Amino acid sequence: MKVLVPVKRVIDYNVKVRVKPDQTGVDLANVKMSMNPFDEISVEEAVRLKEKGKATEVIAVSIGPQQASETLRTALAMGADRGILVKTDGEVEPLAVAKILKAICDAEQPTLVITGKQAIDDDSNQTGQMLAALLGWPQGTFAHKLELGDGSAQIEREIDGGLQTVEVKLPAVMTVDLRLNEPRYASLPNIMKAKKKPIDEKSPSDYGVDVTPRLKTLKVTEPEKRKAGVKVKTVAELLDKLKNEAGVI
Amino acid sequence: MATLVIAEHDNKTLKDATAKVVTAAGQVGGPVHILVAGQGCDAVAQAASKIAGVEKVLVADDALYAKMVAETMETLILSLADKYDAILAPATTNGKNYMPRVAAKLDVPQVSEILSVVSSDTFVRPIYAGNALATVQAPAGKKVITVRTTTFKPAGEGGSAAIEKVSAAADPGLSKFVGEELSKSERPELTSAKIIISGGRGMQSGENFHMLDAIADKLHAAVGASRAAVDAGFVPNDYQVGQTGKVVAPDLYIAVGISGAIQHLAGMKDSKVIAAINKDEEAPIFQVADYGLVADLFKAIPEMNEELTKLGYK
Ligand SMILES: Cc1cc2nc3c(=O)[nH]c(=O)nc-3n(C[C@H](O)[C@H](O)[C@H](O)COP(=O)(O)OP(=O)(O)OC[C@H]3O[C@@H](n4cnc5c(N)ncnc54)[C@H](O)[C@@H]3O)c2cc1C
Ligand SMILES: Cc1cc2nc3c(=O)[nH]c(=O)nc-3n(C[C@H](O)[C@H](O)[C@H](O)COP(=O)(O)OP(=O)(O)OC[C@H]3O[C@@H](n4cnc5c(N)ncnc54)[C@H](O)[C@@H]3O)c2cc1C
Repeated sequence: MKVLVPVKRVIDYNVKVRVKPDQTGVDLANVKMSMNPFDEISVEEAVRLKEKGKATEVIAVSIGPQQASETLRTALAMGADRGILVKTDGEVEPLAVAKILKAICDAEQPTLVITGKQAIDDDSNQTGQMLAALLGWPQGTFAHKLELGDGSAQIEREIDGGLQTVEVKLPAVMTVDLRLNEPRYASLPNIMKAKKKPIDEKSPSDYGVDVTPRLKTLKVTEPEKRKAGVKVKTVAELLDKLKNEAGVI
Repeated sequence: MATLVIAEHDNKTLKDATAKVVTAAGQVGGPVHILVAGQGCDAVAQAASKIAGVEKVLVADDALYAKMVAETMETLILSLADKYDAILAPATTNGKNYMPRVAAKLDVPQVSEILSVVSSDTFVRPIYAGNALATVQAPAGKKVITVRTTTFKPAGEGGSAAIEKVSAAADPGLSKFVGEELSKSERPELTSAKIIISGGRGMQSGENFHMLDAIADKLHAAVGASRAAVDAGFVPNDYQVGQTGKVVAPDLYIAVGISGAIQHLAGMKDSKVIAAINKDEEAPIFQVADYGLVADLFKAIPEMNEELTKLGYK
């Protein structure tokens, strides 16, 4: 079975973003970019399925600018077999991403698609679910544990109240949560090997998808900043302030 | 046309997230209807009908909806979608699970986790872990929206909406609920608690979290955690506060042994009052705390417990 892993190039999670003064967005010039951390977890899970002999091929896909090929190389260095780069220059909305991924699924016929539960830049938490709906497939979102069976999979999910297990028919889409696994670091030999693995370059029009954004961003502003308050010296003083000054206990 | 709100509930009680989404729905416009999808959920429908400003409550009572599995929720909501301009759900793990499916099938973008309603088609939503706020305008056509409930006040009571049964939609037969392991607690839920005390890696063990439990019991607080504390296995996943966990905005948030990473702050910086206890006076959490105590938590927390007893908290 083939596993498809969409990986997104995003601002590194350690970077504190700055909103542009003209309110058109955030400043991404000269900012460190990395693979969306959830997508590292997806790649890890896919590669483990291959190592266990359950998956035959792991295909990484990224939709984004030319530099997203670096993100694909990271996936290849972690163990994915080949990459597909769908080149776009502007922002692509989750629905458009899902439509492109659907077309790729139609062509590649994977048994499992593993996406991140959210991308840490836009925090939409939509793409995997949209893809599943467009394909008419079931989904296991916010996955904590995967058990692959014959023709079906049991997915344990992180939900508001604890954990929930669902059984989905295959093919299916799974979106991963933080505790599914701990992604590996690519070793130097594997980074070298990854340079030789193939990356297919495509464009959205190859898939007949119009990626023109449909949500209009009118402005991007900075949230109100919290100011540091006071330091207290003792626990008693802290409780006194909470009770008598703030009135919250 | 009308606006549809999808109720959040556990078949027995209606979660207050629903009343908050009703407030957002009222601002989007049109008469507000609520859909209660569940099994044996009469009490929930009754409670929903009492929310002020709600015109009608639709009830789909069927085994298919007992656990709000995404694939069945999708077909149910789509079977009703024709009559609505806008469909709203809370940004809970349920809402996040089924709503994007609905949006994709309606071929409209979903607007995720809105913080406020500017007009019937324009909303403010956080991006980059809440370090930027985007004002976005949805295209003409149906709006599919999830709502971050911490920023909307719950609609009051006093309504008397009509309750109407709707039939179950076709079962897509793609998935089924197998089981769940829910955290049991007598304490308030994280997302609705007035006071939260959260522990981080500094707590060192799950055992030590009981020190926070003792204080939580006295203050009627919920207990939360940083990702590091959850990853280390001190507490279950549903304790996690942050960009990729729960977003909370209580009256008081007490952070204990938490450094204050961007991703943690994203989940709690809208709290009214923040208190922090950390032994490192340079910890970033102090930059957002109203009250900071530089101290070893293993001294400060037992002391806080004693002081509270002295002050009469039981
Ligand atoms: C400052 C700013 C301005 C914006 N302006 C606009 C605008 O003007 N118009 C507009 O339409 N949108 C705009 N956006 C929206 C934004 O570009 C997209 O909606 C967003 O990139 C896709 O959502 P997401 O990545 O959060 O999806 P999520 O659903 O959170 O992503 C989940 C998973 O889907 C997969 N995935 C998502 N995207 C890709 C990808 N490109 N390649 C491969 N896999 C992927 C990954 O596995 C990822 O983990 C803006 C965003 C920002 C931050
Ligand atoms: C994709 C992604 C998503 C993430 N999502 C989240 C999220 O949703 N929520 C979240 O919380 N994090 C999240 N994180 C993790 C985040 O980046 C931090 O790693 C995490 O918040 C750190 O937790 P901490 O503050 O408990 O631990 P640390 O940063 O290790 O801090 C521990 C603190 O405890 C203090 N301390 C230690 N001992 C004592 C003592 N005896 N007395 C007093 N103080 C003491 C130390 O001074 C230190 O400040 C995410 C990260 C990534 C990459």
